[in-house]
Amino acid sequence: MSGHNESILREPLITGDNITYAKITDDILSPVENKPNKAWWIGFIVASLGALLWVVAVSYTFWNGIGAWGLNKTVGWAWDITGFVWWVGIGHAGTLISAVLLLFRQNWRNSINRSAEAMTIFAVICAATYVVSHMGRPWLAYWVLPLPNQFGSLWVNFNSPLVWDMFAISTYFSVSLLFWYTGLLPDIATIRDRAVGTRRKIYSIFSFGWSGSVKTWQRFEAVSLILAGISTPLVLSVHTIVSMDFATSVIPGWHTTIFPPYFVAGAIFSGFAMVLTLLLVARKVLGLENYITMFHIESMNKIIILTGSIVGVAYLTEFFIAWYSGSEYEQYAFINRSTGPYWWSYWMMMTCNVISPQLLWFKKIRLSIKATWILSIVVNVGMWFERFVIIVTSLHRDYIPSSWAMFYPTWVDISVFVGSIGLFFTLFLLFLRVLPSIAIAEVKLLLKTASEQAKMKQIKEGHENKEYVAEYVESLEKFDSVKQEDYAKI
Amino acid sequence: MSDIKYILGSFGDPDEMMHGIEKLQENNISIHDVYTPMPIHGIEAKLGIKRSRIDIAAFCFGITGTCCAFALIYFCAVIDWRVNIGGKPSFALPDFIPIMFELTVLFCAFGMVLTYYASTHLFPGRAPRVMDLRATDDRFVIAVDAKDNIEHTVIDGLLKDAGALEIKYNERKYISYE
Repeated sequence: MSGHNESILREPLITGDNITYAKITDDILSPVENKPNKAWWIGFIVASLGALLWVVAVSYTFWNGIGAWGLNKTVGWAWDITGFVWWVGIGHAGTLISAVLLLFRQNWRNSINRSAEAMTIFAVICAATYVVSHMGRPWLAYWVLPLPNQFGSLWVNFNSPLVWDMFAISTYFSVSLLFWYTGLLPDIATIRDRAVGTRRKIYSIFSFGWSGSVKTWQRFEAVSLILAGISTPLVLSVHTIVSMDFATSVIPGWHTTIFPPYFVAGAIFSGFAMVLTLLLVARKVLGLENYITMFHIESMNKIIILTGSIVGVAYLTEFFIAWYSGSEYEQYAFINRSTGPYWWSYWMMMTCNVISPQLLWFKKIRLSIKATWILSIVVNVGMWFERFVIIVTSLHRDYIPSSWAMFYPTWVDISVFVGSIGLFFTLFLLFLRVLPSIAIAEVKLLLKTASEQAKMKQIKEGHENKEYVAEYVESLEKFDSVKQEDYAKI
Repeated sequence: MSDIKYILGSFGDPDEMMHGIEKLQENNISIHDVYTPMPIHGIEAKLGIKRSRIDIAAFCFGITGTCCAFALIYFCAVIDWRVNIGGKPSFALPDFIPIMFELTVLFCAFGMVLTYYASTHLFPGRAPRVMDLRATDDRFVIAVDAKDNIEHTVIDGLLKDAGALEIKYNERKYISYE
């Protein structure tokens, strides 16, 4: 790291002057070391009321069985699996940021990976609860494991994607948790060494005795890289297998080979939207503008345009293939989706996922925090509708017209879904209070090369090409955390 | 003088600390360890630390996972309880692949991380071995064994020349909590 200057053409990843290693620690740990403010309490109370609703609704489902939901004999899968796929998809961005972007050496991931990974874990928890509650007899949930026949069932059916899914989701959850926690160890040690009394004792237990010696760091980096290497195919496999829950069936509208890539793109799309929804607020409330900069926001927006467009192409391809296949059932399934009784959900999906993200091509919109935040919510609404469209509209018109039906959610369906959002935010808000929301050690790595002050020094030394400097200064215009006056002088 | 166990050079900048290591090594002063708040690239080569072999462990754990998954599915679906599904073969290898892949990743991740914890002595509740409390915050600390290197004033001078902000003499190896 010594002596290497990063190209002046790259935008800074840490802005602000007088940023020191100590200041990074202070800034990031301030929400952890101080009492929460009013905004946090309001958010926490609202979110925990939501979580309470979730507890009530899930308990009600356990007690009464899934008859409490609006399912009928034709539509046997509805909001439950919609919610499940939605949450798993949201989880994908965390792993993408922490693993895929690490392999590609995208240093901007360093300041967003921690909270994105936390989001992954909480989203997968929300998804997993749907799996358990939709079982009807959740106390027999262990039947999904391959247990010998004496336990009451045969061996699980290893040809079934639902069994693959059990393995995929549980591997995904536990490996993500491991990755996240191992990365947290040095930061927990930082909190530990700054704390006193009981607080120090608690963080000491959770820091696993981290010392920051040379060997610890060396192996830590090797472990992180390998974990990133195995998490990358893992994250792709998880949503691939989720899509196979549908794709290996014989239902028109589900039985398509495009599902795996299309689901993975959709998952990354919705995950990044959720990261933006959370971080745009967290950045403001926690005062982290210098670490989560406009460059980070713009980069995430670019990924949203890309994945949103892939999803759009997938929708159109599906439609084309339905026509091209010559199969009238397949054709009907798609015509019914767009013009049948659920036309509004189809067009909701199309608008939110394909049309509105295209607005991000405009630089003004991409760089507007308000517009980005609204669009990020629109995307997640759209992605919920995507799953609803795939699941309910493919099922509701059965093979025999006499069994055609509509799906109407009951209060329990709605409460489980709204409650799961409450649960997610409760967990996320607690996370912000007890653990650093940004990976402290990883951000410190950037200070000497990729920070605004390091680049300022480079410019002042005067060895840089004038054109490049001009281009760099121009690129700083989008940053809301950069003082332009400083550059006018040079 | 004899109570001093470790001399710590506390630097505010990683490059200056690297310079300090060079200075000490030029004068044949052995370095006990270096504690930093973030990974320092290139320090292993300087201190002569060998490449980590954790990747080999990771591969072995991963391949164990693949074999376990295959063995489990093969035993259940082919040997122990064949299920006749429309006369299709029980040994359907493509259907085995997703679970074989997942268990490869699972075994690899857990095996490797637990190996890492074991080899660096990390476990919940372990008393932290900390020489300088700021080494996890904003200081880059070089620790020199004071018993093996008796010329304390020389060490002192070398560290200060390299840019150490503070020199500490620890009478206990670790100042962490009892």
